[in-house]
Amino acid sequence: MSEPILQVKNLKVYYYVEAGAVKAVDDVTFDLDDGTKMGLVGESGSGKSTMAQALMRMIKPPGKIEGGEMILDGVDLVKLSTEQMRQTKLRKLAMIPQGAMNALNPVMRIDHQLVDGMLDHGVTLSKQEREERVARLLEMVDLAPKVAKMYPHELSGGMQQRVTVAQSISMEPDLIIADEPTSALDVVIQRQVMETINNLQERLGLSLILIGHDMGLMAQTVSRLAVMYAGRMMEIGATYDMFRDPLHPYTQLLISSLPVLANKGVFAGIPGITPSLLNPPEGCVFHTRCPKAWDLCSQSTPKFTEAQPGRWVACHLHTA
Amino acid sequence: MRIPLSYVIKRIGFLVAVLFTAATINFIIPKLAPRDPVTELINQKIASGGLTSEGAAEFGDSLRKLYGLDRPLWQQYLTYIWNMMRFDLGYSIVNYPQRVSFIINQTVYWTLGFVLTSTLLAFVIGTVVGALVGWSKTSKWLSWLMPPLAMFSAVPAFILALLLIYFLAFKAKAFPLRGGFSATIVVNWKDPKFLLDVVHHALLPGLSMLLVSVGGWSLGMRAMMVTVEGADYMTFADAKGLKGPRLFFRYALRNTLLPQITALAMQLGLIVSGATLVETMFSYPGIGNRLGGAIRALDYPVIYGIVFFMVVGIAVATLLVDLMYPLLDPRISYSGG
Repeated sequence: MSEPILQVKNLKVYYYVEAGAVKAVDDVTFDLDDGTKMGLVGESGSGKSTMAQALMRMIKPPGKIEGGEMILDGVDLVKLSTEQMRQTKLRKLAMIPQGAMNALNPVMRIDHQLVDGMLDHGVTLSKQEREERVARLLEMVDLAPKVAKMYPHELSGGMQQRVTVAQSISMEPDLIIADEPTSALDVVIQRQVMETINNLQERLGLSLILIGHDMGLMAQTVSRLAVMYAGRMMEIGATYDMFRDPLHPYTQLLISSLPVLANKGVFAGIPGITPSLLNPPEGCVFHTRCPKAWDLCSQSTPKFTEAQPGRWVACHLHTA
Repeated sequence: MRIPLSYVIKRIGFLVAVLFTAATINFIIPKLAPRDPVTELINQKIASGGLTSEGAAEFGDSLRKLYGLDRPLWQQYLTYIWNMMRFDLGYSIVNYPQRVSFIINQTVYWTLGFVLTSTLLAFVIGTVVGALVGWSKTSKWLSWLMPPLAMFSAVPAFILALLLIYFLAFKAKAFPLRGGFSATIVVNWKDPKFLLDVVHHALLPGLSMLLVSVGGWSLGMRAMMVTVEGADYMTFADAKGLKGPRLFFRYALRNTLLPQITALAMQLGLIVSGATLVETMFSYPGIGNRLGGAIRALDYPVIYGIVFFMVVGIAVATLLVDLMYPLLDPRISYSGG
């Protein structure tokens, strides 16, 4: 077993507002093996996007990384200076953004946007090398060479998202964080863009963290799945195992809320709403909505423990 | 090129229409006024003893004949439009036989000199300060600049001019009180001593224009900067690990400039008229001061001439902005037809 490319240990991201500290990410721990794809799912406000921002060290005030470690390839990102972090971005760690339609600079031609990241990371390119590099990147994401001389507004949403993908792989990073990369696209384009990302991940041997709430997409794409709820990690495991035998009641509810073709009728949602992150419930954060909650759940916070090999869960049902 | 020729032609046709309309309104409005410049001039001459009442009627008739005021209105109008097309603005009544074009030519460079300089300086300083204050990565002490700038932008330029005159010219005697150059100096544009004297005289009026407009530029720029910094493409650019200067200039500043440049062009169109009060305060030999004088003396041809000149300035500035847009923002293009 190779060393994990990313180890997140007890990561805490708090937003300090007038009413107190909002614990957007609280005590999250997980590993990511080299070359694997991990999905990170959860409801809106579960802290999955904050997780992505924290990994990029892009938490803006009043938010702050309050504690913990994020070790990428042996280097703790939390401890890096701003300049060291800037150099790490794109070279070792890249992001595919959420809103593809607005993620490109509207007044710059695509070729300039494709190479400026490389230029700022010490790559020197002659005019000819530049053109070759741009052409190759565009080809990798299945775009025509003529796109190089176009402006973002001349491209469709799917094409723009492909351009952002091309930028994020331009320096062949170790890890790519894709924060709902297809949420702004229609289903057909969604599938095509996802296929492109998948192919590149395999071809370049990248590790990928895919953030989203589309359980179907996750089942098709990732080999490991992490479930977050109210800023906390609920369960992590191999995707296949998670769908076949979800341990945490929250994961069970998430999966049973998926529409199944054979099963016509009313879908079971998850009753209730996510708790306030300002005053999370005592004990397990999910106990207010959990159908299997018992006395202990409202009294003590369950520890995040390895219930089976490679299978971590934070639930009193499995640790007690 | 993203500007098709047909658009340029259409746009210039529009400019001509604007000028024609402006000239027509310029012609009609004084005809609606109950005052008659010739009668007033004669009364004035009689009052000052330059004319006796016997010859007054004949004098008036000859004046009316000279200015074409005895002919039917439609003939006057056609003559007027024909003259305007040739930029023949006629003669001043008060300073006869000075031509209005001569008066404009004599005064416009004084105004252009100090107003253009102060406007461009204010634009550059205001934009840079606003951009830096709005940019989250610059140090916070810069934001202390904003309250005084905002205060200056709220004060009318002529009030600021009064304060500057009182404290810097009258009390401290660091600057001349009035005029465009010293009364004792020989006018010679090739003499560096004369040029220095001109600059010395232009500093205070220029400063009052500058202080008043810097605040506006920086406030607008700061707001734009804050908006742009929140845009998705800034977040993604940050995630790409771009260097600070590239983020600031190529991503943030480049996207905030469009509204700033639009405002600048409109401001340039107003240059000639914008400084009227300040020029009056300083008795500056500029076009605005001359316009004020013409209004007081009811020198209609001069008023029309200068106002028409200002209209031309604004119309041409607007045209230039329109033609510049596609070069500044690739999202704007004019399709032909």
